[in-house]
Amino acid sequence: MSMRMTTLIDSLALRELVTGLAVTLKYLFKPKITIQYPEQRTPLSPRFRGEHALRRYANGEERCIACKLCEAVCPAQAIYIEIDPSSSSDRRLTKVYDIDNTKCIFCGFCQEACPVDAIVMGPNFEFAEENRADLLYDKHKLLANGGRWKKEIDASIAADAKYR
Amino acid sequence: MAELLQPIHTLGEAWFGFLWPLLWTLVKVMVLIAPVMFCVTYLTWAERKIIGYMQVRIGPNRVGIFGLLQPLADAVKLFCKETLIPLHSDKVVFLLAPILTLVPALLVWAVVPFSPELILADLNIGVLYVLAISSMGAYGILMSGWASGSRYALLGSLRSAAQTISYEVAVGFTLIPVIMLTGSLSLRDVVLAQQDMWNIIPLLPLFGIYFISSVAETNRAPFDLPEAEAELVAGFFTEYSAMSFGMFFLGEYANMILVSTLGAVLFLGGWLPPVPMLAFIPGIVWLLLKIGFLLFVFLWIRATFPRYRYDQLMRLGWKVFLPISLLWVFLTGVTLHLLGRVA
Repeated sequence: MSMRMTTLIDSLALRELVTGLAVTLKYLFKPKITIQYPEQRTPLSPRFRGEHALRRYANGEERCIACKLCEAVCPAQAIYIEIDPSSSSDRRLTKVYDIDNTKCIFCGFCQEACPVDAIVMGPNFEFAEENRADLLYDKHKLLANGGRWKKEIDASIAADAKYR
Repeated sequence: MAELLQPIHTLGEAWFGFLWPLLWTLVKVMVLIAPVMFCVTYLTWAERKIIGYMQVRIGPNRVGIFGLLQPLADAVKLFCKETLIPLHSDKVVFLLAPILTLVPALLVWAVVPFSPELILADLNIGVLYVLAISSMGAYGILMSGWASGSRYALLGSLRSAAQTISYEVAVGFTLIPVIMLTGSLSLRDVVLAQQDMWNIIPLLPLFGIYFISSVAETNRAPFDLPEAEAELVAGFFTEYSAMSFGMFFLGEYANMILVSTLGAVLFLGGWLPPVPMLAFIPGIVWLLLKIGFLLFVFLWIRATFPRYRYDQLMRLGWKVFLPISLLWVFLTGVTLHLLGRVA
């Protein structure tokens, strides 16, 4: 009986509601955690898997040796590679290296499979396009990405090297 | 004040003749409506800001400093959009409905006393007028649901009508003891009768019931079942777009300000300061402070509580609020009789 009376008095005095209101009032004055995106950004992990890039050696030569391991491992079958048979170089090089970014699931297997660290997934995630066709990356675009994000890619590979 | 306006009156009568009293009333109406509409637009801003802050976000801050121009941006957007009219709708009723929800919310302002002199029409049946006009808002919602030709809108409007009518009963009964204490239906007299003691002190439970019921009556969270987005898309305004949609929102926020104002006038002593010592601050400031506080509580409640279930809503209205307010009507009558204040 007394239990029921206390419950009744509690509910008539809106006790639980007032407790709830006190919580929200407390949060009104808490510091805000919003990150205002284009100006402020959250830090990215060295292992962040963003837009793809093909890297070059310091002397400017392409790293990729057209071994097609990435093409084989790609679960979305987004990569297509053709070997360049008429290359004047003493190394095997690619003629075609296409990534269909509309298929890519950003699993990072290509990067894991690559024996020469040629294909990597860079820190860039702002690559939205207005045309679907612009998401079909060719070798030229991928190499350009490698140049554009070289500093960040090198830094994240160096940061992650000790765990590999 | 009257001497200051005298030259304007003479000039007006010279220019417009017998039409002048009509025009002067229009001017007074505009002077009243314009600030109300301004407050309505900025209440939307305050809502987004306060709820954002309570959710540890910062709310709108891109348009102007502190996002202060956000309401203007919203208005421009709403005006530029196309007013879609569904194929199976009743076009006249469909377009009339938003008007009918907004207009009653503005009409009631005629009898709201801002200070002993500052009142557009000091009706001797002010409280009755308020109840009568504010009930008309339910028609707009019913019409919108009926005319939309959509199931969601129909269900939303049926809920809304049931809810508004249920809680109107409770609100009506909370006002009766106030009238009994005052002995007059004029809102000006209601405030003047609170000179010694605000009505909230003898009628505290009734103030609670009045406030919660008015949250339900304005279809605000946690009683926003008519627009329960999880079940009914957007309830009665599912099919509305552009400014006809905007007018529903203006009506909702104008109603919020209105019930807050009435709460301040009926229970919190209107323009009266809390202690006589603070009387040097003009009465309208006190009234605005009280309205502002009640509006803040509206937003605070929305940021805090989840939505009620429909049967809980009806149970609260009919089985909790109605008996308590009836009991308080009885107690007030007995007390007044024992104090010998009954005529």
